[in-house]
Amino acid sequence: MNVHEFQAKAILAKYGAPVPKGQVATSPEATAAAFRALGEARAVVKAQIHAGGRGKAGGVKLVSSAQQAQDFAASILGKPLVTHQTGPEGRVVRRVYVEAASEVARELYLAMLVDRSSEGVAIIASAAGGMDIEEVAAKTPDKILSEPIDVAIGVAGFQSRRLALALDLAGKTAAEFGTLLTTLYRAFMETDASLIEINPLVITADGSVVCLDAKMGFDDNALFRHPEIRELRDPGEEDPSESEAAKFNLSYVQLDGNIGCMVNGAGLAMATMDIIKFHGAEPANFLDIGGGADAEKVAAAFRILLADPRVKGVLINIFGGIMRCDVLAQGVVEAARQVKLNAPLVVRMEGTNVEQGREILKSSGLKITAASDMADAAQRIVALIGK
Amino acid sequence: MSILVNHNTRVITQGITGATGRFHTLACKQYGTQMVAGVVPGKGGTDFEGIPIFDTVERAKRETDANATIIYVPPAFAADAIMEATAAGVELIVCITDGIPTLDMVKAKRFMRGKPVRLLGPNCPGIITPGECKIGIMPGHIYRPGAVGVISRSGTLTYESVNQLTLAGIGQSTCVGVGGDPIIGINTLDALKLFNEDPQTEAVVLIGEIGGSAEEEAAAYIKQHFRKPVVCYIAGQTAPKGRRMGHAGAIIAGGRGGAEEKIAALRAAGAKVAMSPAHIGSTMKAVLAGQN
Repeated sequence: MNVHEFQAKAILAKYGAPVPKGQVATSPEATAAAFRALGEARAVVKAQIHAGGRGKAGGVKLVSSAQQAQDFAASILGKPLVTHQTGPEGRVVRRVYVEAASEVARELYLAMLVDRSSEGVAIIASAAGGMDIEEVAAKTPDKILSEPIDVAIGVAGFQSRRLALALDLAGKTAAEFGTLLTTLYRAFMETDASLIEINPLVITADGSVVCLDAKMGFDDNALFRHPEIRELRDPGEEDPSESEAAKFNLSYVQLDGNIGCMVNGAGLAMATMDIIKFHGAEPANFLDIGGGADAEKVAAAFRILLADPRVKGVLINIFGGIMRCDVLAQGVVEAARQVKLNAPLVVRMEGTNVEQGREILKSSGLKITAASDMADAAQRIVALIGK
Repeated sequence: MSILVNHNTRVITQGITGATGRFHTLACKQYGTQMVAGVVPGKGGTDFEGIPIFDTVERAKRETDANATIIYVPPAFAADAIMEATAAGVELIVCITDGIPTLDMVKAKRFMRGKPVRLLGPNCPGIITPGECKIGIMPGHIYRPGAVGVISRSGTLTYESVNQLTLAGIGQSTCVGVGGDPIIGINTLDALKLFNEDPQTEAVVLIGEIGGSAEEEAAAYIKQHFRKPVVCYIAGQTAPKGRRMGHAGAIIAGGRGGAEEKIAALRAAGAKVAMSPAHIGSTMKAVLAGQN
């Protein structure tokens, strides 16, 4: 789960990280009021959406009066902002963050994340801050520093010193940087974060360290023990059908094709997408209905699939193993009737009582085709929507 | 021979009284696995279908001489269950639980470091040596004893692949589900090394998926050291970048972990890659026929 910049900064500030003071506003008038409340000569107004690249896309502006702040907010609020991370449709800006401007001398990159290769938490840092870090990593990998943290120890002093030296930080700045690493690490572990990214981390003209931007992601599996973080979820930033799927414990990702698929298991769901493509068509989605595919779950999955106007046909692929196919087939027929399914439906299922299951599909009177295996299923649905 | 489990393996179930634990403990027992103990804190001294229940893993191991354990406990307590089994010195720990917080697993793996135990999973279907021992939730009837090892990051896709092998008349030595999480125990490379040393295993099916670099590491090892034919399939060739595909570990991040790179690396290492998931069995059949 991701949160907005202002939410991430509020969490980090609570742990004692140096972030500029700021206020959220949802209207141009409130933006002007926030500017006045800050009491600074200059402020930065920043669009709050769950995507990077806002500055380059025109979503961030330095202002020096309440009127300027108001005008800029009026020009972006309620409109989509398109950055290199949003896709061409962009994300609608519903809030802006008004923040005291900083005197920037240097821009660094700093992140903390779960590192699969060291099976721990790692600090990633670079002197090339304020830029797209993936681009830096691709073009100049030697400019990326990586420091694995032992979770039994935490950030060791020598690791802070090593990073500070490599980033050319000294004296007070190096000390503040070391403190920041410890602070971020505490925040990371205590909130079950998956990512903290400070880009840029700035060194001000007087040598202080400030988190100018902040992005945080959290482990969905750990949200059960962080109700206060779960509340920061912004449904406006999520795909509505993906949120709907989550309610039924379905894992759904919308894609661009026209064959909807419903599968049990994530690996088999990906394989089903692949085989549709292999036979010349495009999958409309990834959908894992998990174990225990009952009629209610299948009906919910149908509704989500069919809400996508591009879906011209549906492929169900269930490898039940110990699941009974007659029960599954009844669930599919029931759900198809419930949602008044008109699109062609191909069902491939494997498991106990598979013959009875096929018979139930056949005698249902619905437009359901039973397939014998995965390849047969993909060929049939591709042929059916081709007509 | 086989890897990790055989007819001598003696298994504990941690979380034996939950719905999943009950169901699959009986299914494993029916398959012929020696299910010797259950562990449920507070229920020591009772039994489940004749299987004695203990309060701790340590006691269960001491009383029953178990050398493996399977964990079904809920996500919030699963990492603790792994550490308990580690401290008790259970040689093989199989964790089925899906949805364990990542940092819990990071800490559990740190706890395991240097200790003489192996972890399989979490978020995996388990392990089976057909005809001898099943420690997991897979449907036992689709497996046949034989000479092909199977390694997979997925559950139902493994069943699909194994079913294709069995229908093609190809039996399996051992099938290992390494799990779909970012932080796991035995990984694809570890399993390959074990199969390389197993005289019964003549070839290996490797079912990979997008995310991480397990397949690239496997490819480097295959090229350098693996002496047996390998057939691969990589799920997620059509997956978009930056989106998590169900499994917590299945994500193409920072331009890495895509199917194309994995397929290229495996091909370069001499593995045969099936581009359609329906061709896994037939590709292995062709490879085995070509050898003779």
